[in-house]
Amino acid sequence: MYLSDHRSVTIDDFLKTVTSLKEDPLYAFEQLMDICGVDYLGRTPRFDVVYHFLSVTRNRRMRLVVSLDEDTLIPSLTALYPSASWFEREVFDMYGLKFQGHPDLCRILTDYTFDGYPLRKDFPVVGLTEVYYAEDQERVASRPVSLKEPFREFQFESSWQGMKTLFVPKEEA
Amino acid sequence: MTKTHTINYGPQHPSTHGVLRLILELEGETVVRADPHIGFLHRGTEKLIEQKTYLQAMPYFDRLDYVAPLCQEHAFVLAVEKLLGIEAPPRAQYIRVLFAEVSRLLSHLLNVTTMALDVGAMTPLLWAFEEREKLMGFCEAVSGSRMHANYFRPGGVAADLPGGLLDRIHDFLLTFPKVLNDLEELLTENRIFKQRTVDIGSITTDQALAWGLSGPLLRATGCPWDLRRTQPYDVYGDMDFLVPVGKTGDCYDRYLVRMAEMRESQKIMIQAMGHMPQGPIMVENGKITPPTRSAMKESMEAMIHHFKLYTEGYYVPEGQTYTAVESPKGEFAVYLISRGSNKPYRCKVRAPGFAALQTLDFMTKGHMLADVAAILGSLDIVFGEIDR
Repeated sequence: MYLSDHRSVTIDDFLKTVTSLKEDPLYAFEQLMDICGVDYLGRTPRFDVVYHFLSVTRNRRMRLVVSLDEDTLIPSLTALYPSASWFEREVFDMYGLKFQGHPDLCRILTDYTFDGYPLRKDFPVVGLTEVYYAEDQERVASRPVSLKEPFREFQFESSWQGMKTLFVPKEEA
Repeated sequence: MTKTHTINYGPQHPSTHGVLRLILELEGETVVRADPHIGFLHRGTEKLIEQKTYLQAMPYFDRLDYVAPLCQEHAFVLAVEKLLGIEAPPRAQYIRVLFAEVSRLLSHLLNVTTMALDVGAMTPLLWAFEEREKLMGFCEAVSGSRMHANYFRPGGVAADLPGGLLDRIHDFLLTFPKVLNDLEELLTENRIFKQRTVDIGSITTDQALAWGLSGPLLRATGCPWDLRRTQPYDVYGDMDFLVPVGKTGDCYDRYLVRMAEMRESQKIMIQAMGHMPQGPIMVENGKITPPTRSAMKESMEAMIHHFKLYTEGYYVPEGQTYTAVESPKGEFAVYLISRGSNKPYRCKVRAPGFAALQTLDFMTKGHMLADVAAILGSLDIVFGEIDR
């Protein structure tokens, strides 16, 4: 088995923590495997950015969680870990979170003219626009999405979640 | 001042292995800058998974890296099992290891030979596809589908192996080393192949680590890092196999590592089949495992459970996990957050190809235009997983 840690840091301590994780021989996290955004709609601060580090020499993993809201700038890790570049672009593309010091923070997975941040919880699953071939203009154009049959989100969650407490019949008076 | 010109490579070009648009800045025929534009196959898998129950999310994983579907499923089922706190029974673990290796062969056969095709050798592709056809036949035998198997389940596998399948796989494995020998005879000492791949796109171990590379790309630099060995999952810990490494980290070493890995896969598959015990293939927990058909005909209780499991699904306890497996392309991981409902709150897919493709810029720098195709081939990119 290998060690795997979970740690939350504030945005002020973030860069210091990552630097020590990378440079301290006790940790020696050489690899940044993944950066992931999470949207906790309704919570303040609303977003989490989750970093996953891997140490090949120590066979350890580390998860670092930073909580922040939409307008906070996160320091970019591109100087420490070059692999952060595309991961951060993806978080920006999907959640609209901005990384300070990133050399080229632009959209990566969505279309060239895409508007909105698709993985936010308040973004509709069917999207906002659809593309179609505009015969009159002889090109592919986009228009607001319209579905012949409205999108149905099935809610199968039952309100009967089993009995949490034992049922005790009331004593009759 | 030297003059550069910019060309557009792709998005529809056979050597981009899918839909990659590459903006290349060239100085004569030398690459100065390569800017990959990805996302042409973006389907919003992660968003869709958030709308589905855990069981309904399974088939999406086949469609990520569609060349090695079962390795992706493996990562997801292990992640869900970790959150549920269950462990698949031994027989299921052996079956999963066996089919993860089938997937690895499928992927490596495709990659090695398409890379050869990109640099001018056509025969290996034809030979390898004959073998892939047989391997896909095994997937069809267990799941009914050649490519998008949807075979693994949290807690085990969907169905037991049909009778006679192990013998068929065994027969295949007996002849398979000869196919590898034939492929190596065509490529390994081939002058043209070596001229196109040796010392092309070389990277050091430190560079590979810094860029988040894993799998054959990292091992080709000489770093013996294989999750099946270092962080074993299912029964990989009991398997006896070697971790092949390269020396120079160039395209040729990546090819050699993949060829050697296929031989190790063959060894793992023979061991998995030899040690496979009899027994159940799913955890015996009626709240996770759907009842059998025959039980449903007799028991009302089983009928209700069947209905509830396929509509409402099961509730996964609150928690989060980052579960990684060694997919043929490197570390494939699923980061799953559950908030206690029947749907994942967030499911992030860590695709090895995504990290590999972003190294293209520095790997191609200073190389010729024709080398871009060789390097792209050696990176083993599949857009299903990169664009997600």
